[in-house]
Amino acid sequence: MSENGNGGGGLLQLTAKDFKSDQEVRWCPGCGDYAILASVQSFMPELGIPREKIVFVSGIGCSSRFPYYMQTYGMHSIHGRAPAIATGLSTSRPDLSVWVVTGDGDAMSIGGNHLIHALRRNVNLKILLFNNEIYGLTKGQYSPTSPVGKVGKSTPMGSIDRPFLPLSLALGAEATFVARSIDTDRKHLTEVLRTAAQHRGTALVEIYQNCNIYNDNAFDFVRDDKANRIYLEHGKPVRFGADGEKGVVIAEDGAAHVVDVATVGEAALHVHDAHADEPNHAFALSRLSYGAHGGTPIGVFRDIDRPSYDELLTEQLATAVARKGAGDLDALLGSVDTWDV
Amino acid sequence: MTKTVEQLDRVIIRFAGDSGDGMQLTGDRFTSETAVFGNDISTLPDFPAEIRAPAGSLPGVSGFQVHFADHDILTPGDYPDVLVAMNPAALKTNINDLPKGRTLIVNTDAFVQRNLDKAGYATNPLEDGSLADFQVHAVQITTMTIESVKGIEGITPREAERAKNMFALGLMCWLYGRPVQGTIDFINDKFSKRPEIAAGNIAAFKAGYAFGETSESFSVSYEIKPAKLRPGKYRQINGNSALVYGLVAASIKSGLPLFLGAYPITPASSILEELANFKNFGVRTFQAEDEIAAVGSALGAAFGGALGVTVSAGPGIVLKQEMIGLAIQLELPLVILDIQRAGPSTGMPTKPEQTDLFNVMYGRNGESPIPVIAASTPGQCFYAAIEAARIALTYRTPVFLLSDAYLANGAEPWLIPSMADIPEIPVEFTTKPNRDDGSFWPYLRDEVTLARPWAIPGTPGLEHRIGGIEKANGTGNISYDPDNHDLMTRLRAQKVAGIAGGIPELEVDSCDGARTLVLGWGSTYGPIGAAIKRVRADGLAVDQAHLHYLNPFPRNLGEVLRRYDKVLVPEMNLGQLLQLVRSQFLVDAVGYNRVRGVPFKASELADAITALVNA
Repeated sequence: MSENGNGGGGLLQLTAKDFKSDQEVRWCPGCGDYAILASVQSFMPELGIPREKIVFVSGIGCSSRFPYYMQTYGMHSIHGRAPAIATGLSTSRPDLSVWVVTGDGDAMSIGGNHLIHALRRNVNLKILLFNNEIYGLTKGQYSPTSPVGKVGKSTPMGSIDRPFLPLSLALGAEATFVARSIDTDRKHLTEVLRTAAQHRGTALVEIYQNCNIYNDNAFDFVRDDKANRIYLEHGKPVRFGADGEKGVVIAEDGAAHVVDVATVGEAALHVHDAHADEPNHAFALSRLSYGAHGGTPIGVFRDIDRPSYDELLTEQLATAVARKGAGDLDALLGSVDTWDV
Repeated sequence: MTKTVEQLDRVIIRFAGDSGDGMQLTGDRFTSETAVFGNDISTLPDFPAEIRAPAGSLPGVSGFQVHFADHDILTPGDYPDVLVAMNPAALKTNINDLPKGRTLIVNTDAFVQRNLDKAGYATNPLEDGSLADFQVHAVQITTMTIESVKGIEGITPREAERAKNMFALGLMCWLYGRPVQGTIDFINDKFSKRPEIAAGNIAAFKAGYAFGETSESFSVSYEIKPAKLRPGKYRQINGNSALVYGLVAASIKSGLPLFLGAYPITPASSILEELANFKNFGVRTFQAEDEIAAVGSALGAAFGGALGVTVSAGPGIVLKQEMIGLAIQLELPLVILDIQRAGPSTGMPTKPEQTDLFNVMYGRNGESPIPVIAASTPGQCFYAAIEAARIALTYRTPVFLLSDAYLANGAEPWLIPSMADIPEIPVEFTTKPNRDDGSFWPYLRDEVTLARPWAIPGTPGLEHRIGGIEKANGTGNISYDPDNHDLMTRLRAQKVAGIAGGIPELEVDSCDGARTLVLGWGSTYGPIGAAIKRVRADGLAVDQAHLHYLNPFPRNLGEVLRRYDKVLVPEMNLGQLLQLVRSQFLVDAVGYNRVRGVPFKASELADAITALVNA
């Protein structure tokens, strides 16, 4: 069992069933959340971490019911605040594996501040952001990731807000791990979760999740049309399409463009480097999905190694003890000017 | 020239100058020397929120009042006996507090036209006769300071001039027979990297002292004998430091690591800053991105088994309230320190008020009862912090501890406690299933305290989920059952009300035949106590009681209140405790309420008490 709770090497013989709680799952029939829950439950045994060392923390929203269904420790908190609560837990308990489950409204709107600060601090958290581009639990208002023009209950003439791209935002917030997957692509989602779990610090995984009630088919362009999935693989040229006939180049202005491989030649394609120090190429790739509804990268955009917040704090505590000795309050209280009566 | 020494039993000095003049440091040093000398002390720093308001301006004046005596004192004093005014603005803003006939020491060098204009003086008060009622000592403090540092290599004229507060301090140390070595050591330590600055400040300090000795302006110096306090080892302490030590003591006594989540805010920030130095005690401090994250992180840490603490002042507390509601619903221990300041909104950040009582009692959605305790003196803050932690940990509940800007910054002598004398705070995490069938119910309550089990992550077999949605009593599963919600609402209220069984009864400081009670809470303890002494000295029979527990109240409070014909509740608000006791006990208590951003004067309270008794 590794100290940072990221798992590795346990001999636990757990199965997906061991991670199912006795609570009845209460999402709408057909909700993308079911697929994600199944993927996470079947992936968890791989971590090799005993259930009692795993904590799921969520905010408010459909996705935030997630912890109730996991046979681990869990907290269903308040709207947008899961990363803040999880930061306190993770920082004071480095032995735990702490997961945050959130949605586009929870993470990007009411809880935006906590998300960006968790990312820049590199707190040891794995954040699963279920993005369905709609407010589901409040029954169909547009969200901060809804496209311009989105007609919802609060936007009868269409949304006039420019949406966030969660991954672009995360990269701007100094995130060390940024990835995307799709609810129904179990194999890919599991692979991304595996990489995220091993990451040192905050890992943000955006999961395209279909809300079949209020925003059905929002991701059909990439969920259904598999030719539009750009599977990012570290060290490999970025290609996609039914026969890999399309690719991505990064132009001189720094923007990513979709090209025909036949026209530009394979050598011109961008070679994905998930471990690059600078996030600019990852950022360019994250922009490809901006309203384009064409080729959309999924996979690990960025995965760099930086000390996590709890490691640094634990180190400071150890240094303080080394310098001053273990705390002695009696001695400390009497260490200033005193007098006797 | 022969100088005489007069005995005094107490003196109140106020240092006033520009924010950049170092008045707080001067006051602190004078207080330290006075404390070590053995006088009882009480201080009132009074400074603007602006770090450096325009130099010489009225809003930029910073003051520090210290009251010291050869006997037990309770307040920083109503009116100064001596006012040290470093510039015209300081004179203008403070002279109205100086009673006629008292001593005024002014830095004449600062009384130039530009500064007089800034202070709004049409004529120079040193020359126009307007100060004729005071014993004025006009001293060229700046000139003599600059003179005193001449010859010290490497000190700039600006740096030389800035040492003038040390000249003033030296003069006051002579005038009141204070020891000097502590200040010299302090200066050497503070400027250890700039020995020339240290030398300059020491030279100015000594020059001020020598000036007192030799100047004909001062013919008398004063002696105030040490006070006869309870025997023991003392130090001085302010309220925020005492809270810090109390939290650390609670961490040690409970065996739980302390986690503080905080966002900087006046006048609470020093608690975050000081606790950040306790890493060798295993203390984790987290400067969060906002007030919500500050309390959220503390709650997360509490879920993990830490002593979770957050601290703020009113504007931050209101932001935290939703999370505190979650803590009430989760029934996890959490300590929330509210260092009250004048409101509403930004209000007056450095000034004290007692206006958050309703906010902490009622400022959340739903029926959300929470224990509230209040500290009464700077030193008592230590014990209040331990008590807040004890209640939180014992009953698995968030607890509010109210302090204020006056306690936060005010200092008094403090009998240093021994850790061995502080009771343990027993905490037992649940490690085993609590049902006969081998299952674990996170909301199966303790029969006595009604606290729910605290099973922390890492405990095998007790994996469970908690959340803000209403839970079924016992199992903790989500429940929308009407009767269950009614039951849970009542259980949460009962749990908090039941804390009254584990706290001391209210003590009354009584005298024969009193038909009037003065009931206070929080930092008004000092002024009320001083006022009671005065009215009793005048022959009035008046009782005093001071609440440290505001929710629940001590179990005998109603009975105590009903003993009296008249009850006076002085508060630095418009009657918040007053409303609570009137509504809860149906007693016809009356308030004395001022929200001036300054502590009560003993004299105004004595007048109010006398008026009520005679009414």
